[in-house]
Amino acid sequence: MKILVAVKRVIDYNVQIRVKEDGTGVVTDNVKMSTNPPDDNAIEEAVKIKEAGKAKEIVAVTVGEEKAQETVRKALAVGADRGILVKASGTVEPLAVAKILQKIVEKEKPDLVFMGKQAIDDDCNQTGQMLAAILNWPQATFASKIEVKEKVLEVTREVDEGLETIEVSIPSIVTCDLRLNEPRYASLPNIMKAKKKPLEQIDASELGVDIKSRIEQIKVEEPPKRKAGIKVSSVEELVQKLKNEAKVI
Amino acid sequence: MSVLLIAEHNNKEVKQFTFNAITAASQINDDLHVLVIGKNADPVAKSISEVPNVKKVIHVDNDIYENYIAENYTPVILKLSENYSHIICSANTFGKNLMPRIAALLDTSQVSDIIKVISEDTFLRPIYAGNAFATVKSTDKKKCITIRPTSFDAAPTSGGSAEIVKGENTDPSENTKFLKKEEIKSDRPELGTARIVISGGRGMQSGDNFKLITAIADKLNAAIGASRAAVDAGYITNEHQVGQTGKVVVPDLYIAVGISGAIQHLAGMKESKVIVAINKDGEAPIFSVADYGLEADLFDALPKFLEELNKLNTIQK
Ligand SMILES: Cc1cc2nc3c(=O)[nH]c(=O)nc-3n(C[C@H](O)[C@H](O)[C@H](O)COP(=O)(O)OP(=O)(O)OC[C@H]3O[C@@H](n4cnc5c(N)ncnc54)[C@H](O)[C@@H]3O)c2cc1C
Ligand SMILES: Nc1ncnc2c1ncn2[C@@H]1O[C@H](COP(=O)(O)O)[C@@H](O)[C@H]1O
Repeated sequence: MKILVAVKRVIDYNVQIRVKEDGTGVVTDNVKMSTNPPDDNAIEEAVKIKEAGKAKEIVAVTVGEEKAQETVRKALAVGADRGILVKASGTVEPLAVAKILQKIVEKEKPDLVFMGKQAIDDDCNQTGQMLAAILNWPQATFASKIEVKEKVLEVTREVDEGLETIEVSIPSIVTCDLRLNEPRYASLPNIMKAKKKPLEQIDASELGVDIKSRIEQIKVEEPPKRKAGIKVSSVEELVQKLKNEAKVI
Repeated sequence: MSVLLIAEHNNKEVKQFTFNAITAASQINDDLHVLVIGKNADPVAKSISEVPNVKKVIHVDNDIYENYIAENYTPVILKLSENYSHIICSANTFGKNLMPRIAALLDTSQVSDIIKVISEDTFLRPIYAGNAFATVKSTDKKKCITIRPTSFDAAPTSGGSAEIVKGENTDPSENTKFLKKEEIKSDRPELGTARIVISGGRGMQSGDNFKLITAIADKLNAAIGASRAAVDAGYITNEHQVGQTGKVVVPDLYIAVGISGAIQHLAGMKESKVIVAINKDGEAPIFSVADYGLEADLFDALPKFLEELNKLNTIQK
């Protein structure tokens, strides 16, 4: 079995986001970037399946700028076998990423595609479902447990009411939740070894898909700030304030 | 053209967030049709027909729709989509799973999780876990939109009498099977719509200690929330998680106990009307969004809090 994993390079989740003064976006210069967190879970799961002898090859793919190579290298350092960078500049919307990934899937013919459930920059939560749709593959979104069986996957999904379990046939798309597993760290020797693993570069324009933006970003602004609150000195004072000042109890 | 809203329900009752989505959808265009796909879901179609904002209910009923599977819903919606300018549903796990599948097949770039309708093609949505707000304009002919339910009031549920028409089912997918759902039943108000929410974090130290939270929730008729750390540690189940990758809540009162206030947690609760933080670390970031901060050990504070609440003779429900 072959698993394709889509990884996105995003501003690190610990960075305090700053909105640009001209309203065109958020500051990205000199800001720490890393792999979108649930994409690390997607890679980890693929590696675990390979270690269990159920997969032969893991290919990590990203769509983005030249520097997104780092994200693929990191995936290689924790166990992916090969990498692909599809070069595209500026914002590539989920629909366009899905169309690009469709081309990669047609070329690579994986049995499974693992992705994150949501990118923490655009917070779209779309790409996996879109790829599943255009490939006409089943989708298992928000996965917190995956069992590989003969020709099918049994996937536990985190839904609003609790947990749901579905079975999808292979090939299929899985989008991963952070609770799926505990991503490992790349060891130094593995980081060195990853430098020698193949990383193919493709220009998005060569794939023959329309990736121009359909959504115009008119302005990006700071959210309204909450007014500063107060510290209370005792539980009694807290209850009094909630009762008589805020009038919420 | 009209707008089409996909209802969320359990074949018996309409899920609360559908009413919030109805409000948002009718702000886009008041010729609002609602699609109910289900198994023996007549009571659902009927309830929705009574919402004054709704002009028409399309009801597609078949055994294959007992459980909600995006692969089975999508072709039904695509078949109807021709007549609509916008397709809409809630940005909860229901809509998040479903809408992109529809959008991709309509070749539309979806606008996710809007918090405000500016015009029929322009919307406000949070990005970066709510640390920035983007005003975006969709240039696609057909628009696929998911709505953050807590940003819109629920529509009134009675007084209307929309016509209910039958729609056609399509073939089910062979490739996806529903196996089971572990739904945790509770008598408490739902997290997403509760007037008061009390949440516990890693500071609770164990699942057993959550009984301190439960006692207060009982008293205040509150829903119980949690940080991701508390869920990951197994103190409480996943459906209680509040935050960027959990639920968004906007109650009148949010009480955060033993929660540090990571941006991913704030993303799910910082629009609450009144926020209370109980934390023993005076520097915890949660205090920067709290209207009332109590720097204290929660194991002292929670029992006292309950005691004080018990002294009050009137608690709003
Ligand atoms: C991509 C991504 C998505 C995420 N999504 C979410 C999300 O949706 N929701 C979410 O909550 N988190 C989310 N997180 C995790 C988030 O970054 C934090 O790790 C998490 O919110 C921390 O939970 P906590 O505040 O309970 O724990 P901690 O940060 O460990 O804080 C515990 C707090 O309890 C206090 N405390 C300890 N003992 C006591 C005591 N006896 N009395 C009083 N106070 C005490 C401490 O002072 C501390 O402030 C996400 C992370 C990532 C990377
Ligand atoms: N530019 C990209 N390159 C590779 N994978 C991506 C890209 N954008 C999104 N993805 C994948 O799709 C998931 C969901 O992203 P989104 O739909 O933007 O929230 C991510 O977790 C990634 O796995």
